[in-house]
Amino acid sequence: MPSPKRDAAIVGIHEYPSRDVEGRVSPLQIKAECAARALADAGLSWQDVDALYDAGDGGMMSGLALAEYFGLHPNVIDTTMVGGSSYEFHAAHAKRDLAAGKARVALLSYGSTSHSNAWAIGVGARGGAGVPMPADNLEGFTGMTLVSNYAMVAHRHMHQYGTTSAQLAEIAVATRYHAMRNPEAVAAMQALEFLDIRETTVADVVGSRMIADPLHLLECCMISDGGGAVVIAIPEVARSCPKPPVWILGGGEATGYPTNGGDITTSAALQSGRSAFGEAGVTPGEIDIAMIYDSFTITVLTILEDLGFCKKGEGGPWVEGGRLRFDRSGGPALNTDGGGLSSNHPGMRGIFLLIEAARQLRGESTSQVPGARLAVAHGNGGMLGSRHCAGTVILGRD
Amino acid sequence: MAEPTRPLPSLKELDTQHFWKATKQRRLEYQRCDDCGAVVFHPRSHCTGCLGHALSWHVSKGLGTVYSYSVIRQSYHPFFRAKVPFAVAWIDLDEGPRLLSNLTGVADPSRDVRIGQRVALEWEEHEELAIPLFRPVD
Repeated sequence: MPSPKRDAAIVGIHEYPSRDVEGRVSPLQIKAECAARALADAGLSWQDVDALYDAGDGGMMSGLALAEYFGLHPNVIDTTMVGGSSYEFHAAHAKRDLAAGKARVALLSYGSTSHSNAWAIGVGARGGAGVPMPADNLEGFTGMTLVSNYAMVAHRHMHQYGTTSAQLAEIAVATRYHAMRNPEAVAAMQALEFLDIRETTVADVVGSRMIADPLHLLECCMISDGGGAVVIAIPEVARSCPKPPVWILGGGEATGYPTNGGDITTSAALQSGRSAFGEAGVTPGEIDIAMIYDSFTITVLTILEDLGFCKKGEGGPWVEGGRLRFDRSGGPALNTDGGGLSSNHPGMRGIFLLIEAARQLRGESTSQVPGARLAVAHGNGGMLGSRHCAGTVILGRD
Repeated sequence: MAEPTRPLPSLKELDTQHFWKATKQRRLEYQRCDDCGAVVFHPRSHCTGCLGHALSWHVSKGLGTVYSYSVIRQSYHPFFRAKVPFAVAWIDLDEGPRLLSNLTGVADPSRDVRIGQRVALEWEEHEELAIPLFRPVD
């Protein structure tokens, strides 16, 4: 198999440590602090950045506004906004732009104060002024919540394949197991006043309060404050950065939306995954680390199947027995930072998937898989049960 | 203080305006392309099956099947907060369109709703339009 082009690498990362800024820090300030620290991690500075990628979380017209705020004059500006998957799109676009010689150093950043603002994220965020989008104008009367949107995927998955709540709970249990080893995740759960912060069992998860059948409280992500930044550079720059380069080997993107007679148990990850794995020239069986957007347990189960870790419909039995724990063999380690379920979910979690994947490939995770070589980061933006975007990135070390 | 109400659709949105106006006459309408036969739903001004615009409106008989559902037990919306638990569902109409709605006439949605269940249209009247809800019939 031809080895994929190593034309862009993650060279700097930073995750904002606080999940509750108590309204004292703005999203823009979080972005700037994370960007500066990620650049420092890369041994670079503001003046080195010539490509800017942003999802508009700091404000409108961010291609201009954020360039000014950071004090940059970038050659490449990409303001792709596809919810929580934006950062996987940005990483793949950065690889493309850097490989084309349009820039040398790319900067991605994220900042959010969802928790402090008590913002209704996801479905609650749609109800602005003005004329709605046509599809929203047909669905808004139902009171469908964000959780129930995903829950309808879970119900259908159970109906078609016999998947159980206990199987879905395995995903939450493995993720919490990793969270308890990550001091920042433990601090996050304390800051957000989680009750009874400890490792969980399948019985804990299925015994927790039902939020929207069939999804229980411990199958749902937190709503935190937070942010992060990622610096991506061409090989000539990456080779002189202090940390080992984390190569972007492949990327894929796709959309999914309701279709008459369609199957909601298969997501856009099927399409984005094929593209990303194909470009990288690797197979799911070779992946050591799976950073999968865990808005809910069903999100992870669906995406694991769609990416090809197991066959469609077999995800339930496949995740049983702790297969996804970092200290077990037989499958990739899942969300080793503690995930959106138990560490960090300010609304658009995609950037943390890249950050923790990079930590693993550098050997810096709190749930380190020894010798981890290959990781997948898969972001899901929008809502899995109706319209959503999928961004897949394959990462590898030297 | 006025009772909180269900969030109602806008009659100003141009693609869905005909659909909602028809509900006032208790007609659940959907589009089919005269050229290629594609059922287009949600409503649009163009066909997604071919490059044409020959979409004609047809009236659904209002019978369908539950494709999937969830029972909502927690909502922060002032209207729906008082309705929990209630069921939201994707309904596959017999004519092809899949639409999102609520199930009505269900005593205990966690017990009395299932995937594959047959449902029939039931209108909830409002001043300028009616909301299509569905009641289990088996």
